[in-house]
Amino acid sequence: MKKALIPLGLFLVLAAFLAVGLTRDPRAVPSPLIGKDAPRFTAPLLFTPEKQFSAQDMRGKVWLLNVWASWCTACLQEHPVLMEYARRKNVPLIGLNYKDQPANGLRWLARHGDPYDLSVIDQNGRIGIDFGVYGVPETFLIDQAGKIRFKHIGPVTEEALEKQILPLIRELQP
Amino acid sequence: MRRFCMALLLALHCALAVHAGEAPPLADDPVVEKRMVAISEELRCLVCQNESLAGSRADLALDLKREIRNLIQAGSTDAEIMDFMVSRYGDFVRYRPPVNAVTGLLWFGPLLLLVGGVFVLVRMVRGSQRANAAPRTLDAAQRARAQSLLQDPENPP
Repeated sequence: MKKALIPLGLFLVLAAFLAVGLTRDPRAVPSPLIGKDAPRFTAPLLFTPEKQFSAQDMRGKVWLLNVWASWCTACLQEHPVLMEYARRKNVPLIGLNYKDQPANGLRWLARHGDPYDLSVIDQNGRIGIDFGVYGVPETFLIDQAGKIRFKHIGPVTEEALEKQILPLIRELQP
Repeated sequence: MRRFCMALLLALHCALAVHAGEAPPLADDPVVEKRMVAISEELRCLVCQNESLAGSRADLALDLKREIRNLIQAGSTDAEIMDFMVSRYGDFVRYRPPVNAVTGLLWFGPLLLLVGGVFVLVRMVRGSQRANAAPRTLDAAQRARAQSLLQDPENPP
């Protein structure tokens, strides 16, 4: 009788493993950059390309870097959340216009609204590679010392903002 | 029908892109190209995760291959290029992840299962052999009953 229960037990263990597997997102790859210095970059601004923005300019500030593009449909999904975030005047939100035509990026912002303090151009995706970007949108939280503290892959949801990003910002910014 | 066609088009997007796209830029130097292919065979494309970087036509994969070409031309060793990729995308980009505490189960899990399976098998085989080998003895009551059954009713002894 006891022996007959062994296959059932094995099945339940397997089912439990598979059930946990279903709740996890296989596309979410943990970034090795968490806790490390954010890659340095200097890039032209989207609105005024003759001016440059450098990540060093943000030293001493907590800030968010959001990777977006006009061709990215998931960016539209997170856009209202970012607009709401911008209205509440929190830490600076810098946009990285990733592998996009600047003209398209500008048109996209004009059409949907601009939540960014400023956006910079990464037309060939080189800055994105340094940040380990593989699926737009992605959002990085960078602290005063220039270290990456958190990375969100995919559209920022209301829940991710309230439960993960904002508490971390409050913690970093006394 | 229209919607179905659209869905089909989307599903075939990757395949169509292969026909529509131009030939990917090759390095002028075939040696560089060969090294780039060898390295990118070892790397996972993060967009289509079941594809190697070498085989992928995803935009990011093309960019990363361009980056590897540049690194080779700049004189980086294969190990340096691997480090470049791993420092940005983590061990997950490598098809042969390094052996460490996190990947231990991945590397040795199958071996553990094999050893466990062999152990169970040996125990089961031994168990049945022992059961077969055990001499079958009857106690006194069984012996008496057998005796009575064997006795021929026609010819009582």
